[in-house]
Amino acid sequence: MKGIAPKLAVAVLGATFSFGAISAKAASHASPEYGGNLNIVVGSKIPSYDGHIESTFGMIHPIRPFYSLLIRENPDNPASPTDFVCDLCVGSVPAGTEGGTKFTFKIRTGVKFHDGTPLTSADIKASFDKVVNPPKGIASNRKAYFKMVEAITTPDAETLVFKLKHPSGTFIPAVAMPFNFIYSKKDLDANGYTWHQKNINGTGAFSFVEHVQGSHVHGKKNPNYHHKGRPYLDTYTALAAPKMSVRLQAIRGGRADIEFRGFPPKARDDLVKALGDKIKVQESDWNCVLLASPNHEVKPFDDPKVRRALTLAVDRQSGSKYLSNIAIVKTPGGIVFPQHPLATPMSELKANIAGYSDDVAASRAQAKKLLKEAGQSGLKFTFLNRGVDQPYKIVGTWLLGQWKKAGMKVDQVVKPTTPFYASLRKKGDFDVSVDFNCQSIVNPIADVSKFLPSAGNNYANFEDAKLESLYSELLKAGTTAEQTPLLRAYEKRVLNDLSSQVVTLWWYKINPHRSYVKGWKIAPSHYLNQSLDNIWIDSAEKKRQGVE
Amino acid sequence: MYTYIVKRMLMLFPTLFGAAVVVFLLLRLIPGDVCMLKFGGEGGYADPEQIKQCQELLGISDPKIKQFYDYISGFITFDLGKSMWTQQDVTHEIAIRFPLSLQIAIMATFVSVIIAVPLGVISAAKQNTWVDYIVRTVSIAGIAMPSFWLGIVIILGLLIGTQAWSGVPWMPPIFYKPIWVDPMHNLSQLIWPALATGYRYSSVATRMTRSAMLDVLKEDYVRTARAKGLIEKVIINKHALKNAMLPVVTVIGIEFAFLMGGLVVTEQVFNLNGVGKLFVESVTQADYTLTQSLVMLVVFIFVMVNFIVDLMYAWLDPRIRYS
Repeated sequence: MKGIAPKLAVAVLGATFSFGAISAKAASHASPEYGGNLNIVVGSKIPSYDGHIESTFGMIHPIRPFYSLLIRENPDNPASPTDFVCDLCVGSVPAGTEGGTKFTFKIRTGVKFHDGTPLTSADIKASFDKVVNPPKGIASNRKAYFKMVEAITTPDAETLVFKLKHPSGTFIPAVAMPFNFIYSKKDLDANGYTWHQKNINGTGAFSFVEHVQGSHVHGKKNPNYHHKGRPYLDTYTALAAPKMSVRLQAIRGGRADIEFRGFPPKARDDLVKALGDKIKVQESDWNCVLLASPNHEVKPFDDPKVRRALTLAVDRQSGSKYLSNIAIVKTPGGIVFPQHPLATPMSELKANIAGYSDDVAASRAQAKKLLKEAGQSGLKFTFLNRGVDQPYKIVGTWLLGQWKKAGMKVDQVVKPTTPFYASLRKKGDFDVSVDFNCQSIVNPIADVSKFLPSAGNNYANFEDAKLESLYSELLKAGTTAEQTPLLRAYEKRVLNDLSSQVVTLWWYKINPHRSYVKGWKIAPSHYLNQSLDNIWIDSAEKKRQGVE
Repeated sequence: MYTYIVKRMLMLFPTLFGAAVVVFLLLRLIPGDVCMLKFGGEGGYADPEQIKQCQELLGISDPKIKQFYDYISGFITFDLGKSMWTQQDVTHEIAIRFPLSLQIAIMATFVSVIIAVPLGVISAAKQNTWVDYIVRTVSIAGIAMPSFWLGIVIILGLLIGTQAWSGVPWMPPIFYKPIWVDPMHNLSQLIWPALATGYRYSSVATRMTRSAMLDVLKEDYVRTARAKGLIEKVIINKHALKNAMLPVVTVIGIEFAFLMGGLVVTEQVFNLNGVGKLFVESVTQADYTLTQSLVMLVVFIFVMVNFIVDLMYAWLDPRIRYS
């Protein structure tokens, strides 16, 4: 009897998923329907409305639908990390000319801001000028992504040209970042560069209706939206709900239709168990990886042998198998998002990188040997962790067990977010700390800057000229053929030669939503595919589910 | 009496100043700041230049003494400043949440009183009978159960119960509409947290009512009333209850002040956009200006509620005179 219950549960879940998949497939043939309101639950607060300075999904989820971008991830194929399409430009995303140093965008005509002002290339230039070269005293959180830009020009009202200092593989993904809202030049000129922090005027699928701090944001359909026939929804409401349990119950109780950040596996299973075919689950690898950063300024972590022992002790394959049942992590990988063509295949990682081998016993034996050579047998240290369950505390606790198996004795100190960041960024008072690299658009060359010693968000506290030099070359590599060997060498330097940081597992995004929500497809980041212009409500299905 | 009121009002200032100093120092003891969280809290690239710029803009990098001066002078001039997280006026941030917290406090206090007073009186009147035992069990259970836990049970109960009954799970609304805009929406959202917290607080008040009533019922004047042949109902309602109310009013007053200070956890459970939730957010976001103002608001409410309770003593017991 004891063994039957789990088997039954698995069978029920399996059947439910199969049914969900079949229903979803059948429904995908249905024509989109107009009308209705989408209730979204959002687990974070809006600091300001200005995408150029903010970095939280708490702003993106409620505010992004009011704005357009020059280019964006393909909303019909957001799972692809390399498929970008025009939003305010026309045709396909331009390829670089003049040796990959010039990108000419043809701008849509007839597009209007919500206040009726027509959009021209000057508006897009003004917006990117604010991001790339903000005036003194004006913040821009993504300025560093555009260091390759030499000039932005507008030969005419329908043409925008980016001139780069050198070819760059990071440029197009950087332009497609969901934070690069296009503002009206008129607003910037008349009201200044901080006006958009508290005001909204975009060309997005929805126009702003209301925002009650800490409660909700309400938007209504933009009838002049430039993607003809869209959006399908009349309105949407983004409801603030910081507690995960509230967001989960809100979907279960019909108060919300969808949550875009993602739930842990248990929450997914609970929802599916409670609602059956009324729930559809979309899952994806997430452009977010959990790391352990040793502090190279603290002995014995200045010794590469000790750092290498840390990574050799970790069994990523079994970690993936078990942790993916309880935490929002799953896929083992290197420093590049595993689903990107530039990522190192697992077979190569297993063959070439310390800690990825299938022979875990041998890796751990080697870890013990290295510790002994370093005079650190039975190494004792403190692991700093962040006071957030998913996935930090769960993966952190698992890491302690992994290190213990290689003879290390590790204590864990869990700090709330604010003091945790102070330890990590300012005080550097840790031995080894949990760390993470979470990005929006998948932009491998920009994303791996996290591992660069000179990066502002590298907390391992070390210097390495070779790594800096490799990265400089990588930044100027214009083609995949040039980028791949450089990235491999960079990765090997980080993970093998220096073992500067320990890559654990990539996050895994799970989005259960009401099955009457149609048209939305999961992307590898919770910041992506948030324009809401492709979402529609299947009213018959909603009625069947008894949701008001 | 007027001298007493003026004295009590004047005592408000040193109390507020003391609280201001304590909260200012405690907040600065916590490492980290709002700018670090704002620009790097989600693990993406955080431009150190922008973090520095943010710290300068918000005055975080100013000397502590200047920060304290700005904070106190702001209070004196009724300028509470702007939230460091949202850049909205602190008064605006509090004002949009205050009506919800006030309504919850009133509703929960109402629930607490209508449960506590009758049960406490019945329990005292029926001392050591099965009625007394049941009331005491119910009140002890209320003290033992945290209101947020009860809140979670209520929500899960509603979801499971409604699904079993009608096939469609139902839960209370998760955003607030004022009662004058949509009474049904408002009450269907707020009745549940009011019940959860009201029951919790009624437990303390029930036990206080019971013990105060037991003391009063042993007084000579109650014995005299009985000897005169008055019926028990009259003795309890007219003679005993009013005199037993002094400690009960104190407890209810303190509870009301607690509720006004925000139901920190219960508001999270029911997703109420009230002062308690704002408190949690402001602390987790290291929003000094907002946290400082909220603490001062709670201190002010506590002092005022205690003051009103003291004045009510004189009304309840004519022997009490303030001079």
